[in-house]
Amino acid sequence: MSAAPLLALRRIAKSFAGVRALRGVDFELHAGEVHALLGENGAGKSTLIKVITGAHQPDTGEITVAGQPVSELTPASAQALGIACIYQQPALFPDLTVAENIALRLESLGALGRVRWSARRTRAAELLARVGATISPDAEVRSLSMPEQQLVEIACALGAGARIVIMDEPTASLTQKEQHLLFSVVRDLRKNGVGVIYISHRLEEIFALADRVTVLRDGESVGTHPVADMSEGALIRYMVGREVAQIYPPAESAPGEVALALRAVGCASSGVRDISLEVRAGEIFGLAGLVGAGRTELARVLFGLTPADTGEVLLRGQPVALRSPQDAIAHGIAYVPEDRRRHGVVLDLPIAHNMTMAIHRRLFPTTWLRFGAERSLALDYIRDLAVKCSSPDAPGGSLSGGNQQKVSLARWLATKPRVLILDEPTQGVDVGAKSEIHKIIRGLAKDGLAVLLISSDLPEVLGMSDRLGVMRGGTLTAIFPAGTDAHTVMAAALGQAEKGAA
Amino acid sequence: MSRYFRELSVVGALAALLLGLAIFAPAFFSPQPLLSLVTREAPTLVVACGMALVIISRQIDISVGSQFSVCSVCAGLLAARGWPLALVLPASITMGALLGAINGALVAGLRLPSIVVTLATMVTLRQGLNLVRQGEFVNMPDAIQWFGLPQATGQLVLVALSVALLIALALAMRHLAAGRFVYAVGTDAEASRLAGIRPQLVTFLVFVFIGALTGLAAMMNIVQSPQVQPLSGAGLELKVIAAVVVGGVAISGGRGNLWGAFAGLLLLACVSPALTHLHIEAYWEKAIQGAIILLAVVADGLRSRKAGN
Repeated sequence: MSAAPLLALRRIAKSFAGVRALRGVDFELHAGEVHALLGENGAGKSTLIKVITGAHQPDTGEITVAGQPVSELTPASAQALGIACIYQQPALFPDLTVAENIALRLESLGALGRVRWSARRTRAAELLARVGATISPDAEVRSLSMPEQQLVEIACALGAGARIVIMDEPTASLTQKEQHLLFSVVRDLRKNGVGVIYISHRLEEIFALADRVTVLRDGESVGTHPVADMSEGALIRYMVGREVAQIYPPAESAPGEVALALRAVGCASSGVRDISLEVRAGEIFGLAGLVGAGRTELARVLFGLTPADTGEVLLRGQPVALRSPQDAIAHGIAYVPEDRRRHGVVLDLPIAHNMTMAIHRRLFPTTWLRFGAERSLALDYIRDLAVKCSSPDAPGGSLSGGNQQKVSLARWLATKPRVLILDEPTQGVDVGAKSEIHKIIRGLAKDGLAVLLISSDLPEVLGMSDRLGVMRGGTLTAIFPAGTDAHTVMAAALGQAEKGAA
Repeated sequence: MSRYFRELSVVGALAALLLGLAIFAPAFFSPQPLLSLVTREAPTLVVACGMALVIISRQIDISVGSQFSVCSVCAGLLAARGWPLALVLPASITMGALLGAINGALVAGLRLPSIVVTLATMVTLRQGLNLVRQGEFVNMPDAIQWFGLPQATGQLVLVALSVALLIALALAMRHLAAGRFVYAVGTDAEASRLAGIRPQLVTFLVFVFIGALTGLAAMMNIVQSPQVQPLSGAGLELKVIAAVVVGGVAISGGRGNLWGAFAGLLLLACVSPALTHLHIEAYWEKAIQGAIILLAVVADGLRSRKAGN
């Protein structure tokens, strides 16, 4: 540690069109260190990363790499200095093989641009072995899972001789097992003297992996601390500048009649099979499980996107056919999808249009749009859900992740549903907005909605659910009451427990 | 204000052109030639309205020229057989809607790319028409010409009809839920589906709609002359696509409006008469129109690059 830090940033500031995204960030990364970067959405993490990778030029401030001041960082010079970034969504070419993808990043053209296939394959195999991946260099990237693609990205970074590796929410779409694999790769990198900047919203990962943590708030670094000296509560306090008093709001009312009942529901095309469960009005039924366990697939069955081909669905005791989203909406089912950036909110359309999108026939029976009614509905939801926006006319894309999620939620609340399916409602949402969304969800249940909550965030699904189902391999393997401990649920998700009691 | 900057800049360019003509060639504004010019462009405006919808929904239809020819010939033959206007008009619109439904079924039903589908139907319809008709003209009965009205009145009717249609459609796109569905599907079809909209149905109907409008436009064209030429629609697709793009409708879907398309069409349509009145060689027409299109596309490209940054 006595040597100059691998990367040092001093008083970095950056403004966009008068908005100060960074207002003086200090940051140091040493060789052989995993340094976590933490902050709410909008705190400036992505801007800071773009400064480090040369995508943005800072307005003021100094950058030194291994003690050498760097006057102007461009993407190319950053790469030459050994800076690499692994994004949440790997940017690989799906139709090319792993070896070809690695070669595209690393090879320069030989004489006449001749491809030396065997050397290319050997190189890829070597790099993949270094990150502990058992992936064939000849596999098409399309056929790889998300974590395998991330490993390929890391292999590229190593092959390029990266000394500074930035990982931006690398575990967002990974299962527990895949996370462990990734963690061991990160630890290997650390052992080999690479400096890792690790960004994640999941505090437990930071405690498991990082040596030091720097917290950003409103574009400023509010402190760097050894992780060993920190507690979760203290970290959250640093991030939001206030205590989040009660992380999960408790149930306040007894559930009512059965709103949604599934009897041996299955859908061959999406791999969902033999699911029976009941959700009562006023109840939050959590669905835990590993990624790929079939939870989103079940939601898509209930919303009529991939209709069920076996079993039956009953709403308030009546069997219903859910052949299309229109059927589902007509029966009072609402589905707030995961991956809101792609499908939850139409980013180019104004907030108000987004909010009324699912209710045109109801709000506008003549289908003649009444802009006044639309605006007042939008303003109501903006107020009720505390959406932070300049106006209902602002495009959905101008909002932060948590606020987009609220818009997506508002669209479905406007349909006055009886059953609300939430798919990863707080994925990629900062801590403050997360607890707001939790309060909203609990409030909706209190108002009599039956809520089906799909979440890969184990503390969230444990804390929020009145009952908790665990899915594995396309079917429901266990149902637990509230207050079940994380270990039992995780064991069930991994398939290591016998059937739980309802 | 800045939201409509793109449309306003086209209007500005049009105003500048008209102002220039007012100063250097006031003869351009003498009523009769001007009315003839506007009447000639009335059918194009109708098709351009349909094309704006298609492009907003992130599709394209390059078969409109062939559809136009087929509808013209069919309507002409029916009229020549003595069908009254009150039947020929709906027949032409239905013919167009059917042709549009073929495109729509292939694009929305089989999820084929619209550029390929409509390229195929464009060639098939055009060559099929050539084969059947061998390039023969159809002579029209007098009762059909100018709807049986005096020419000046007929011209006014055509212009009024096309402008009324433009206004109605522009209002519908803004005020009807259906119009908003077209924008939503053009911006993000999957997100629209998750919001309970049927993107495939919207796409299908948009193709049927442009077909029906093309059928109407064909009718508005054949009433203007004593004969129907079998290739009357050749090149129409390029003209309307150019007008729509110049008018600020994003070729990537979801953005733009009919007023812009209208301004774009007028701007392009004024080039040729302006050259005549300014005594510039007519050969420049296509080059100037091409330059305008290029300018529009470059402006859009620069704008979206700026927005993406």
